[in-house]
Amino acid sequence: MTKPKLMQGNEACVAGALAAGIGFYAGYPITPSTEIAELLAEALPKIGGYFIQMEDEISSMGATIGASLTGKKSMTATSGPGFSLKQENLGYAVMTEVPCVVVNVQRSGPSTGVPTAPAQGDVMQARWGTHGDHAIIALSPSSVRECFDVTVRAFNLSEKYRIPVILLFDEIVGHMRERIEIPEPGTYEVIDRSKTTLPPSEYKPYDAPLDGVAPLVPFGTGYRYHVTGLTHDRTGFATSKPKEIDYKLRRLSTKIEMNLQDILQWESLQCEDADVIVVAYGGTARSAKAAMEMAREKGLKVGLFRPVTIWPFPGDELIKVATGKRVIVAEMNLGQMATEVERILKQDIEKVNRVDGEPLTPQEILDQIEGV
Amino acid sequence: MSNGRELLRINKMPHIWCPGCGNGIITSQVLRAIQELGLDQDKIVVVSGIGCSSRAPGYLDFCTLHTTHGRALAFATGVKYANPDLKVIVLTGDGDSAAIGGNHLIHACRRNIDITTIVFNNSIYGMTSGQYSPLTPTGSLATTSPYGNIDRSFDLCALGQAAGATYVARTTTYHTNQLRDYIKKALQNKGFSLVEAVTHCPTYFGRKNKIGGPVEMLNWQKDHAVPLKAAEKMSEEEMAGKFTIGELYNKPAMEYCEAYAKVIAGAEGKK
Repeated sequence: MTKPKLMQGNEACVAGALAAGIGFYAGYPITPSTEIAELLAEALPKIGGYFIQMEDEISSMGATIGASLTGKKSMTATSGPGFSLKQENLGYAVMTEVPCVVVNVQRSGPSTGVPTAPAQGDVMQARWGTHGDHAIIALSPSSVRECFDVTVRAFNLSEKYRIPVILLFDEIVGHMRERIEIPEPGTYEVIDRSKTTLPPSEYKPYDAPLDGVAPLVPFGTGYRYHVTGLTHDRTGFATSKPKEIDYKLRRLSTKIEMNLQDILQWESLQCEDADVIVVAYGGTARSAKAAMEMAREKGLKVGLFRPVTIWPFPGDELIKVATGKRVIVAEMNLGQMATEVERILKQDIEKVNRVDGEPLTPQEILDQIEGV
Repeated sequence: MSNGRELLRINKMPHIWCPGCGNGIITSQVLRAIQELGLDQDKIVVVSGIGCSSRAPGYLDFCTLHTTHGRALAFATGVKYANPDLKVIVLTGDGDSAAIGGNHLIHACRRNIDITTIVFNNSIYGMTSGQYSPLTPTGSLATTSPYGNIDRSFDLCALGQAAGATYVARTTTYHTNQLRDYIKKALQNKGFSLVEAVTHCPTYFGRKNKIGGPVEMLNWQKDHAVPLKAAEKMSEEEMAGKFTIGELYNKPAMEYCEAYAKVIAGAEGKK
């Protein structure tokens, strides 16, 4: 471990990106994510990496994908209004299977909303913000140290599954400061893009089984191939054959669905003997954990289920610990994840919500537990 | 010199363009320019957006990137910036570059990043069957301007020059040798280059505006294109309805990737 340091969540995200091997960042200023751009503007040139401030959020996403195609691990960061603008090219990255990491430090919306106030209103946008059927991976950390961990993981998953990975922060974890220890290199896994063993004449950028991906060769290395947002076949060229379109669309989802064991991450605290399960994620999970501890002190059997991978949602894991129990979903929106939890458990659930730009307090969650 | 077939993906033919379309003329001059300059085929990345002209890269045997509408220059900036050794060429249309992609165009010009951009200006949205674009001349007919277009059109080259492009030229599909010459110079310019190639869309623009077929449209280009030197001597009235062709701007400036290389050199090793 390195020396403990007082660090902000956004700062830990940058440390994680550097640890994962980031080579390129493109962004546009927006509160509350701007620290990520500022810190990378300073850090990247020192390691021969590339930082660019683009003219808008749309081009930041485009440049991030372009850079990734040259073989660089690439990232961009934003908040709600910018995340809306990124959806167009985020879909392009999904379709073309170009690895990249997109940070969304959520703030209160819709529209400009309350720029400096926390919210978790982009949960469904992270899942379905761009058009068309597709899978996505979104991770939501609850602590500054976890901002580091999930950022490393986001790059790993992105490179491994050739998919954009969304880091769904909220203003609480992004701006919160905690004393953390950054692990030494070599103590955490870093995954690089797989390399092809085929000669250029035989290389096909999308020749993969339904549950996998083909290696993505960097531009300019002697492999000449085509990348398009049009639905394409295994060679990368546009197709209008129903069989090939069907295969491509199904593979975009199946490559994630068939690898849930590797992708899903969650925390289950004191759920075994619990009568009440609180489901919370991101900054809200901190209040939920405190509420659980307060309830336990009062002799109430309460557990916490905290998804870190929120898309795909760890549904089977939740079913195991929560079926038939009282379930309370606490979140800083009007019930976006609650809907998903209800769908998975097929039972009535309770909700604690706050959308006034203030975080949910442990007491508010405890009140719900106690039925106050 | 070979006939250039090795730069084409012959197995992707026939192309989607209409009979008589000018896009093939521009694309062939791009390839001839590349060939004459002896550029390394493996180091070229051709990027495009959406529209008729943006389909060109699919037929070209380079690393090719067919992106979202208007965003070619955003993607191209990422490609070039992250690997300055690559030769990046953007093929785009008048709608793609001047409307939905206008912001990216002016900022790519401003940065003077070493990207060669060829705008296929056919004065119309062809892919969606003939709506007016920001380069459609005022008064022209389009499916969305059935009473005549009331929009004023951009002078895209003046815009590019004002925004900071270091090589700016305009010519037409009638003037093919000149077009090749300008593309070559654009490819050799260390910085952002903008070549506007006025082309013809007989299917939508020509038919709607009763200009005629491809031959009449090429003749229209010959009659309405005024070389820079001649244009300078003509009055505003004499130039009405006509446009200037020629090398409109050519002045080197610090290239963006080189500027950033200096940032890296200064920062590397610093704690």
